[in-house]
Amino acid sequence: MIRFLFKGIIRDKSRSLLPVIVVALGVFLTVFMSGFMKGVFSEAVDLNAKFTTGHVKILTRAYAENEGQLPNDLALLDVKKLMSQLTSGYPDMEWVERIHTGGLLDVPDSQGETMGQGQAVGTAVNLLSPGSGEVERMNLQKSLVKGLLPAKQGEALISDDFAERFGVAPGDEVTLFGSTMNGSMMFQTFIVSGTLRFGSTMLDRGAIFMDILDAQTALDMSDGASEVLGYFKDGVYDDMKAQQVQNSFNTRYSNESDEFSPVMSRLVEQEGFGDYLKLADNASAIMVSVFIFAMSIVLWNTGLLGGLRRYSEFGIRLALGEEKKHIYKTTIYEALLIGTIGSVIGTAIGLGAAYYMQSHGLDMSAFIGNVGMMLPSVYRAEVTPSLFFIGFFPGLIATVLGSALAGFAIYKRRTSQLFHELEV
Amino acid sequence: MKKTFFLVSFMICLTGFGEPEADMILNKLDKNMSSRNRIFESEMIIKGRRTTRTITSVSYSVGLKQSFTEYLSPARDKGTKMLKLEKQLWIYSPSTDRIIQISGHMLRQSVMGSDLSYEDMMDDRKLTDLYSAKVVGNEILDGRNTYVLELTARVEDVAYHKQKIWVDSERFVPLKQEMFARSGQLLKRTTLSDVRQVQGRWFPMKIVYKDMLKDGDGTEFRMINVKFDQEIPDHIFTKAALKQ
Repeated sequence: MIRFLFKGIIRDKSRSLLPVIVVALGVFLTVFMSGFMKGVFSEAVDLNAKFTTGHVKILTRAYAENEGQLPNDLALLDVKKLMSQLTSGYPDMEWVERIHTGGLLDVPDSQGETMGQGQAVGTAVNLLSPGSGEVERMNLQKSLVKGLLPAKQGEALISDDFAERFGVAPGDEVTLFGSTMNGSMMFQTFIVSGTLRFGSTMLDRGAIFMDILDAQTALDMSDGASEVLGYFKDGVYDDMKAQQVQNSFNTRYSNESDEFSPVMSRLVEQEGFGDYLKLADNASAIMVSVFIFAMSIVLWNTGLLGGLRRYSEFGIRLALGEEKKHIYKTTIYEALLIGTIGSVIGTAIGLGAAYYMQSHGLDMSAFIGNVGMMLPSVYRAEVTPSLFFIGFFPGLIATVLGSALAGFAIYKRRTSQLFHELEV
Repeated sequence: MKKTFFLVSFMICLTGFGEPEADMILNKLDKNMSSRNRIFESEMIIKGRRTTRTITSVSYSVGLKQSFTEYLSPARDKGTKMLKLEKQLWIYSPSTDRIIQISGHMLRQSVMGSDLSYEDMMDDRKLTDLYSAKVVGNEILDGRNTYVLELTARVEDVAYHKQKIWVDSERFVPLKQEMFARSGQLLKRTTLSDVRQVQGRWFPMKIVYKDMLKDGDGTEFRMINVKFDQEIPDHIFTKAALKQ
């Protein structure tokens, strides 16, 4: 019977073309948009975790209150001891210390006077210790545009946009001017070893990356750090595990009455990330639900139109003795076939488009202004195994649902009326 | 009609004699606080949430447009120099042997972690040039009679839109100053005390600055030694002097 129905669908294009197009279009949109949204959410979370939030983050209570101001006078001290406690107490995680500072990046002329300068955000990480993992975590090697990674103290990386703007090349000197941990003026001259581009507007606007020892010396922060970040060794954020680590750490080391005691927070607790991750988790489900609902209405309408067009056919089939139940069943089978064809076509096109967006991306840098959250400037899709079925089943369900609703008209058909219609 | 006119004129005169005009108060205040030039040695005590630091420096200034400051201690800041010419500011760091020009948003940053910004240091124009003033009352402050003046900016490029100043009614020095944003928010409070007579003028030797948006107990600025109208060689106010 399936073969018979299939022949009918192929030969009678007016019966199948519109539903197939509608289903394929809906499935395509679901597959593509799910892949695109998954890609954008994952990349943004990953980027922020690697650069700013970690999977868990430790700050002093006082620093946490004013984190946006980068108040290094309130930073963590005795960091070596803290790191050793963390490494032995939580061996499933990797712990890294970071320093953030703001200031002016000044480019000197041949007389050592200001030739150009711009605002800069300084980030200090463990660049020079082998096995620190920071170069890989921050993707520094792949982000290099010119030059090399720092090989010794006193060398730093700056953003390529800044270097282009002020004509700085690897080997040139730049001076970072700001405040030390104690409020004194901080001047530190670095030799630019290379320039970077991350593809994130916030990072590419004006950034300088230096080794943490250089920053500790420049900022008068011996054995100090703005923050300590923890990462799960498999690189995947697990909120349940993070919560266990957080509870254990805060119970053991944090003291509410001491504003300089360390306090740990999870990724989801930072900068509205909780809502962001919930939205990421629910995005596909919301889209599929909207798709099924909208497509069912469209296909119900298509079914009704088809029903009207096949009004006489159903009448004759009933007159020939076919049961209403059988006609209804064949309509559902037909819908299953149309749904399958449409869903396969839609999934294939959707996957193709998602693959294209995964490799090429969409440059949104012009639309990203001053945002607190770090966002990638090139948005890419992510093709995951779920995309192979995320649109397929909703496509099938919507077609069957639409036909099932429209098919109720068969039960209202009267054989006696048919002869009257045929006379006319 | 004539009688009424004379009565009104007499009343205006009486009011005028009882309450001096705000501009006259500001002029007298400017005479005490401004000079042809001055040299002063000072210490700045910065009270932070974790530590308290004392920074000593010597400053030379001519009129309102030229000033040169050299930091003398602590060791980390020793030899750091600042030069202000008109609206430009340069800082010399001996550790990097660099002269850096400070501009843009950096002018709003704190100087040496204190409650003073570079902008505060730069903007030493006469109050009469920047604000229109009116007397809003009289108060007794630390046992001294004061005129309370409300100042509203009449130029655009001013750091604070409104100020309230308590001026000693006898010595014409400010004893307290509050600076407000355009929104009305109190941004800074300055308390001036230890008023002494120096070369025939009254001058506050201790000033406490409090940035109301910052934690901490503020910054205490103490004059160790002030000299007015001295002979200051011109070469001090050059960039070459920064590296000497």
